[in-house]
Amino acid sequence: MNDLALHLLDIVQNSLVAGATFIKVYIGENPVDNQVTMTVEDNGKGMTPEQLSKLSDPFFTSRTTRKVGLGVPLLRQAAEQAGGGLEVSSEPGKGTSLTVWFEYSHLDRPPMGDLPNAMVLLISANPRVEFEYTYEYDHRCYRIATPEIREVLDGLPLTDVHVIKMLQEMITENQNDLKVCQIQ
Amino acid sequence: MTKIKSLDDLRNRKLQLEQSMDIREKSNNPESLVQIKVAMATCGIASGAREVMNALLEKVEKEKVPAVITQTGCMGYCYAEPTVEVKKPGHDPVVFSYVDVKKAGEIVDKYILKNELLDGILPVNYQTI
Repeated sequence: MNDLALHLLDIVQNSLVAGATFIKVYIGENPVDNQVTMTVEDNGKGMTPEQLSKLSDPFFTSRTTRKVGLGVPLLRQAAEQAGGGLEVSSEPGKGTSLTVWFEYSHLDRPPMGDLPNAMVLLISANPRVEFEYTYEYDHRCYRIATPEIREVLDGLPLTDVHVIKMLQEMITENQNDLKVCQIQ
Repeated sequence: MTKIKSLDDLRNRKLQLEQSMDIREKSNNPESLVQIKVAMATCGIASGAREVMNALLEKVEKEKVPAVITQTGCMGYCYAEPTVEVKKPGHDPVVFSYVDVKKAGEIVDKYILKNELLDGILPVNYQTI
């Protein structure tokens, strides 16, 4: 896992396996506060307190296809070695919220990676799930949600490669704009 | 072409796209499309599944293949990641192992377009639910 975008793809997979129909992703890149934050919230089946307590154990997984669950432990390790941490709250039947944070200036902080690409892959690969994505750069926000995208696309599938390219362009442009405005 | 920055820009580009292509027609009949699934659990992502998925998207667009690309979780083939399942209309699904950007291109060129099999096909021992 070389960058935060890859961790995002991985963590959202847990929400998808939990049967989430709505997933909220927040990425905060705030050099002024010296912090990078990522939050993934879902309305999936949630976890019991017992499952939650074993979440950081790499040899615990609720899946039957394999015996290890490395996603959260890897992310926690990446955060802790970059002056950050990871917190998860969950309630059975209601959903789960995971927040991870890093020191922005820490030498071991993973790079942000291609977040627009990761979000667009998630949106296009899971067309039945609604996503809300918020990206914040020094307290300036860009937000996009799939219900409004669907409305604009008016029946065109989110899985179409042309649509995927258009969405990636839109998210990338808006994220870049936040940074450019800040530099000016 | 101007960059897409707002939902209005997206709407305008969508209208241009609809005029030039038949994507709406295809979307009404997903069974007629090649269905490509990229395994994107921790094992797949750590092995390069995102690059594979991006390469497949590029290739499918370039070759104008009527396909839909989605993602799946772990199918238990962690040792062979990245894995890609391809289901052509009227055919059983085929799972390719150790897929990289080069092999992703070959899957489209050889298997999807010419019906030639490639090395590294995994036995399908799972059920899609």
